Formats: sequence, structure tokens, C-alpha cells
Amino acid sequence: MTLQSQDYLERSATNALRPPPQARDAQLEVAKLIDVSICIGCKACQVACSGWNDTREEVGFNHGKLDNPLNLTPKTWTVMRYNEIEENGKLQWLIRKDGCMHCSEPGCLKACPSPGAIVKHANGIVDFVSENCIGCGYCIAGCPFDVPRLNEKDKRVYKCTLCVDRVSVGQEPACVKTCPTGAIRFGTKEDMKKLAEDRVEELKSRGFQNAGLYDPEGVGGTHVMYVLHHADRPELYSGLPKDPKISPLVGFWKGIFKPLVAAGFAATFAAAALHYMAVGPVKPEDHEEEEKA
Amino acid sequence: MQVTRRQFFKICSGGMAGTTLATLGFAPGAALADVRAYKLLRARETRNTCPYCSVGCGLLMYSRSDGAGNVKESIFHIEGDPDHPVSRGALCPKGAGLVDFVHSQDRLRYPEVREAGSKEWKRISWEEALDRIARHIKNDRDANFVERNASGVTVNRYNTTGLFACTATSNEAGYLTLKLARSLGMVSVDHVARI
Repeated sequence: MTLQSQDYLERSATNALRPPPQARDAQLEVAKLIDVSICIGCKACQVACSGWNDTREEVGFNHGKLDNPLNLTPKTWTVMRYNEIEENGKLQWLIRKDGCMHCSEPGCLKACPSPGAIVKHANGIVDFVSENCIGCGYCIAGCPFDVPRLNEKDKRVYKCTLCVDRVSVGQEPACVKTCPTGAIRFGTKEDMKKLAEDRVEELKSRGFQNAGLYDPEGVGGTHVMYVLHHADRPELYSGLPKDPKISPLVGFWKGIFKPLVAAGFAATFAAAALHYMAVGPVKPEDHEEEEKA
Repeated sequence: MQVTRRQFFKICSGGMAGTTLATLGFAPGAALADVRAYKLLRARETRNTCPYCSVGCGLLMYSRSDGAGNVKESIFHIEGDPDHPVSRGALCPKGAGLVDFVHSQDRLRYPEVREAGSKEWKRISWEEALDRIARHIKNDRDANFVERNASGVTVNRYNTTGLFACTATSNEAGYLTLKLARSLGMVSVDHVARI
């Protein structure tokens, strides 16, 4: 089944000379805004995610903390992370809904060697196309947020799709819809930025001087953004990277090394062809005739 | 087919060149990317109210089949009802997980009784269950009904049994529940709808 959505701004391992069909690019960018200051950590988003996507995590164990499961898995595409910090004699419970950030410059897509296994839609959604996934795991190394997970059973990588199947028919992602406190919002990226501004102002007026929006520039901005009360120290929220960047190794490999090698191949063939035209094929000495003679 | 050594080398190098170019990304790749098909497209949508707490969030339940007579319908997805004034589409983790509750093997499907002294639950019919409950209530009420209090005021209280009616229901069902309990003189009554 190949739906002609024709809105792929980027497609993994695809030559720039033949870009993916993207004529239908006049789409507003969408974004999910997660306000950690409103989140109560109820995990409705986790349940709604598994419900909509027909994934069921195995029943786990109590590890002495609320995190369950402890980490993202091939079947848990969003997970709540809880962190307790004590500062100035005050305890703070920082809860963050973790999952794919849907970067504008996705490290996974850049690292992926399989044509069309990772695509970026015009609305900003980064999706994995399992059909083309070869299970190499390069996207895991390429992701600055450590999000994709390899499923050992089918050797394919999975992550949040931002409910691309819902968004493409005009609905909101399942986690957004279910959130009982309204901590997860969804709309155009522009609207979400405005909403975030209001929330940041509100938080500042309540004494959170360092409140701010998390929309990191290092990956070109994201389509999942956070409102943080401590935007100056995002790492407090269970290791949210302060300045996420695509690994320089991925940049070197795909940005410099790969084109160089491609040029090397082309040059080799060109040299061979030129040699053939200029010098011609090596003629074998006809031993049989010599023997006859 | 006769292939000379020279021809064999030509075929091999030609094949190598082709595959190399393809892996370098020069092949006109088919745009096989697609989004997952929307799974609710023609599913039957039924409204209901979440059975858990007294907030009474609205549900949309989706069952397979478009209503054809030959199909046994089965709920495969439940999410919040955005038109519901109470919840506007939101559901807590319990409500969001209702589809597994519907199909749970541990779900109570029929009346059961654990006889005094027994460890086992035994399935009984609705008729038997209702008869036994009515008998217990009658015996208990006859023994413990309080017609007048200590100062001789008529109170008509039935204090030794309470009624806990569950699940979010309509106003009418709530009214009937309350009417049944109060007509017996029952004081301890609770209900998810907090009647």
C-alpha cells in the first residue's frame, strides 16, 4: 500500500538528486506542548498510547519508584520519569513525559542507512517506516534524546509516531486527548509557542524565575516541546539534555565521509572508463595461434 | 548458453557497478512511506459513561463491524468523548485502559456465591441470586428494624444493612436505586453517582 501523501520533506538515505515526493508541503507544522508544571504524573498518556497503538507492555515489577516501566521500550513509546530533588530545604518532584521529540533536524533520520526507513512529514512528524527498517540500530546512536528502541523479536526499531495516523485524519494524538489536567496540548507549532509564553509568564509570576520553553536549537527545534520551571537546568528532569546535538560522528560519517566515498567510487569508475577509451582493452596474446604456427 | 571467461568478467563487473550505484542512492526508490491506516474509520461508535468513579467521564467505545447481522460485535478501542461536558475527551489512566477491562478474563460476568465456611465461589443464576438477597434482606430487616427511637419518635430505620449501588447510571436509575433503599428504611446508601 502506497498512499500518495507526497509530503515527505526528508527521507533517510535518499540522494539529494532524487528527493522524496514533497509537492504537498503547504502544511502548518504541528507541535505537542508538555507543561511539566501542570502534570500530575498519572500516566493516562502512557495508557492511552498503548491503547491507541495496540501495544501492551509486559507486566513488570515494582522497583521502588513510580517509573513503570523504568525506561522506554519497543512497546512503550512514552514513559513518565519521576525525579525528586531537594534544594534549599524544599523537596521538588519533577515529572516528565518522555518520548520522541520529533526534531526538525532528526538525528535518527540522518544516521539511518536504509532508504525510506525514516521519513519527516511536512507537518513536522518524524515517523519510522518498518517496511524499510533493517534493524541496524544506527538511529539509536543518532538520537540525541535516546528514544528509539530495537525490538529483538522482529529486529525493527520503534518509537512514538506522534499518532501520525490520527493527525493525518485531523485528530490529536491519543496522549494529548486523554490528559486529565491539560498538561499536554496540541496544535500548530506557532500556537503552542504562544501558549507556552503565557505559561512561562505565569510561572515566573509565581516565583519560578528560570521558567522557560524547551525547544532546543541544536536539533533545529522540536515538535514536542516542554514548559519547564527550571529551563536553565533541563537535566534535572531525569536527564533532559541541555543542548542536544546530533553526534559529530554521525555528522562526519553522513556529511563528509559518505559523499567522499561516493565521489571515490565515481572517480574509480570514471578512471576505468577513461582508461578503456584511451588505452582500450588489454588484448590477450593468442597462445593457441602461436602454438599452431 | 556459452559464456567465455571474458564475458563472465563483464557480467560480474556490470552487476557490481549497478548494485553499487543503487546502494549509493542513485536508484529511483519507490516512495513506500505511508502512515498507518486509521483504525476507527467504519467502526461502530457507541457513547457511554466511564464506570469507575463519580466524575463520570464520557466514553466513545468503538466496536468492529458496521452493524451487519452476521457479525458478533466486539469493542476494540475506547477513548474519551470530546462532546462530554464533564471530561471533554479526557480520561485518567483507569478510564484510558478500559478496553482491557472490558475483555479481562477476571471480570465478573455472572452472580457467584461463597457459602458460609466454603473457600470456593460457585456460579448461581440471577433468579437464585435475587431470591437469596431478598431473603437475607427480609430476615435481617425483620430482626433489626427500628420503628421508634429511644424517645418514642417514629424513625422507621433499617440500620444493619447498607446498599452500595455501583456504576455511573442515568438520573432515573439513580432515583429507583434510592427509592428501593429508602422504602426499606435503609440509611447507609452510596452510589458512584453519589445519589
